[in-house]
Amino acid sequence: MEESSGIQLTSAKGIGRRRRGGDQILKGLVASAAIAVVILLLALGAELIIHSSLSLITFGPSFLIGTTWDPVHQIFGALPFLFGTILTSILALLIGLPIGLGVAIFLAEKAKGRRMFGYTLGTLVELLAAVPSVIYGLWGLFFLSPILRTYVETPLHNYLGILPIFASAPFGLDFFTAGVILAIMIIPTVSAVSRDILNAVPNSQREAMYSLGGTHWEVIRKAVLPYARSGIFGATILGLGRAVGETMAVTMVIGNTPRITASLFSGGYTLAAVIANEFTEASYPLYTAALVEIGLILFGLALTINLLARLLIWRMTRNTRFRV
Amino acid sequence: MGTPSLAGKGFRRRNLLDKVMTGLIYLAVVLAVIPLILIVGDVVAQGGAEMSLTFLTHLPTPVGVSGGGIGNAIEGSAILVGLATLIAVPIGVGAGVYFSEWPESKLSFVSSFMNDVLAEFPSITLGIFVYIIVVLATRTFSAVSGGIALAIIMVPIVARTTEESLKIVPTSLREASLALGIPRWKTVLRIVISTGRSGLVTGILLAIARATGETAPLLLTAFGSNYYFGGNLWSPIAALPLLIYTYGISPFQDWHSAAWGAALVLVGFMLLLNLSLKLLIGRKFAGVRAEI
Amino acid sequence: MESGPQGYSTKFETIGLKAGFGGHMVLDGIDLRIPQNRITAVMGPSGCGKTTFIRCLNRLHELTPGATVEGVALLDGENIYDKNADPVAIRRRIGMVFQKPNPFPTMSIYHNVVAGLSLNGVRDKKILDHAAEHSLRGAYLWDEVKDKLANSGASLSGGQQQRLCIARALAVEPEVLLMDEPCSALDPTATAKIEELVTNLKKDYTIIIVTHNMQQASRVADYTAFFYLGKLIEFDETARLFENPKEELTERYITGKFG
Repeated sequence: MEESSGIQLTSAKGIGRRRRGGDQILKGLVASAAIAVVILLLALGAELIIHSSLSLITFGPSFLIGTTWDPVHQIFGALPFLFGTILTSILALLIGLPIGLGVAIFLAEKAKGRRMFGYTLGTLVELLAAVPSVIYGLWGLFFLSPILRTYVETPLHNYLGILPIFASAPFGLDFFTAGVILAIMIIPTVSAVSRDILNAVPNSQREAMYSLGGTHWEVIRKAVLPYARSGIFGATILGLGRAVGETMAVTMVIGNTPRITASLFSGGYTLAAVIANEFTEASYPLYTAALVEIGLILFGLALTINLLARLLIWRMTRNTRFRV
Repeated sequence: MGTPSLAGKGFRRRNLLDKVMTGLIYLAVVLAVIPLILIVGDVVAQGGAEMSLTFLTHLPTPVGVSGGGIGNAIEGSAILVGLATLIAVPIGVGAGVYFSEWPESKLSFVSSFMNDVLAEFPSITLGIFVYIIVVLATRTFSAVSGGIALAIIMVPIVARTTEESLKIVPTSLREASLALGIPRWKTVLRIVISTGRSGLVTGILLAIARATGETAPLLLTAFGSNYYFGGNLWSPIAALPLLIYTYGISPFQDWHSAAWGAALVLVGFMLLLNLSLKLLIGRKFAGVRAEI
Repeated sequence: MESGPQGYSTKFETIGLKAGFGGHMVLDGIDLRIPQNRITAVMGPSGCGKTTFIRCLNRLHELTPGATVEGVALLDGENIYDKNADPVAIRRRIGMVFQKPNPFPTMSIYHNVVAGLSLNGVRDKKILDHAAEHSLRGAYLWDEVKDKLANSGASLSGGQQQRLCIARALAVEPEVLLMDEPCSALDPTATAKIEELVTNLKKDYTIIIVTHNMQQASRVADYTAFFYLGKLIEFDETARLFENPKEELTERYITGKFG
């Protein structure tokens, strides 16, 4: 054996004695972090249920279909907020989905030749996601709302006011403006996920269609989109999930009055907005419990939507090497 | 799926359709980018007018009195996010390490799933939770409760990005380390985490960006204040997004102006952070960001 | 199948070594005596268990979830699978070089080489410097990197990276060196250099080299073990195994009649 550097690395030149110390400590520490997550979620669920129990017991299932929200007379019903959340979210999808999908198609299909341009564009759209909700709200309140009222809502009301959806006098702070703001906010989500899905469609699909003599649009419509269908559906629902949970931007432009109506230009309220506005003012236990129950409903809605979205995206991408 | 015909007249029509659809796609892109330009433009225009050293360092003054500022809100946000980071990073990184290095355990599976569920929680509902367990219990709004609420928002982000960054580290590096007789815990700490560290840091920065912009949970926890932080973490504290909200919906003109100024500071910070992250790491985590 | 000729001392001996994943058996009872200070090649078609075999020798195999090991492996007469044995201490006595070079990407050349020492608590710079130079010389890499020890490990060519990994393994002064097809990702020049240095190393180390390249085995190895479908078919001095194989399977493999 050559000149040794004199280090005794093993206590004896043997097989050592099993020491687990460091490994157990590390594993224990990081496992506790994982346990903390579990405990946190369980505590979340438990506390929400416990503190809404007064309302759950008092109103039962009729809470979900109750149309009156009257803190003064202690009558609470969640339907106006459910209505508002669903209406604004659907509006957001109707506007945001085509745009987000269009951006995704552009980035996945048409920007291939001009990488820098596509990259810049993609970045700009992603930056939309970096703007905090409250700033969307501020901008919506002072800029978007007046513009929509003057240039969109008033003409629509004046010319098409017989239609129930345009029947209310346009005020600017209503379901419509909230829907538009939400649409802008979900564009990055829809476009990013859709773009990944479109990129995951194998090129062989496109090439087959091209070789049959299809135009680019035909290739997209007949070869790419059908393949990506359930994934894009999933992206849609993810966008929906994001819209449902949005609080600040919505509450600043929706008018904050509980109302169920067909008119888009009427003021309204959402599940998240009522909690934000009224929680710190809730002066007696039933009031607080009703609001916590609203939070529970909101969570249930968001969870269901997101699970559905993941299921759809997983189903489409499980055969490709891909991660969302 | 019908075969497109190659007949002349049909081809002209199909070609036209292709051009129309292409036009619509370009329109969509324009429609997507315009709001960003408008928002940033308006924030810069309105907020820029307010900008001054006074504005950034002074306390708010009563309505009608000039010389006020948002100094306490900037400080408050820094304290809240700092607190939240101190809480969220150990838990998030720890959980992420566990998910990555011990993926076969049942705890890993359950916790990872719950982590994803936690990420989908609407932030206002998290505010309710922290209100119940901290504000009610201590009978006061506080910086601590605000920090905890923001931490709960940050943990799933940090955990997920940590897990992804570490999973990318090739198994053969772990094996090379173990084969040298380096114990597993040192392998994880000194080799795996070290190799994946840029992803880890990115995730933490993303979480910080997210937390800085959050308003809803702070309405029920930190509550807001007109004063600088006085040293007591158990009393209410100001925050930039809170100020923007309360001033924005108020009836006072100079409060509106202050809100825009604060918005400029906030947006400036967020855009700067996101842009630098994007430059550093490219698209890899943009998907995670957009999904949250 | 019995182990081969006498006349050498045994460094490593496996008795009834079985290993697998989940229900699936990869090694089906290996009895083999590895000679000290010699180069032993382990050869066989894909799936014969040769990589699993050496990974059992440094207790790396068991780290894969679902992996199973049974049997006895004696290092200098002591069973490394004894329930009181410390895998970490055992792995310090056995070095491993992998198929694809895997230097630690965040470390310089210098820190890569001494990683096994510094991460195990050795702080004395003089010792580390000495170990670095010594191992790099042993890996025939010193002259090429001595002026750029602070450069990143990833800045080297493939062949140099593999020699770096060899140096890294040598720095902890193992007794045994396991090499899993170390040249399969390298070009012929790099391969030749590594074969040369390995031949030089055997005077100080017991070397076991997995290879699918019969020419390499005949160039480099003193002894060769032929595995097939998880069983040891034949073990003999390399020259004798190639020229005069005792088993029909061995002969068919050597003459290229299958994989």
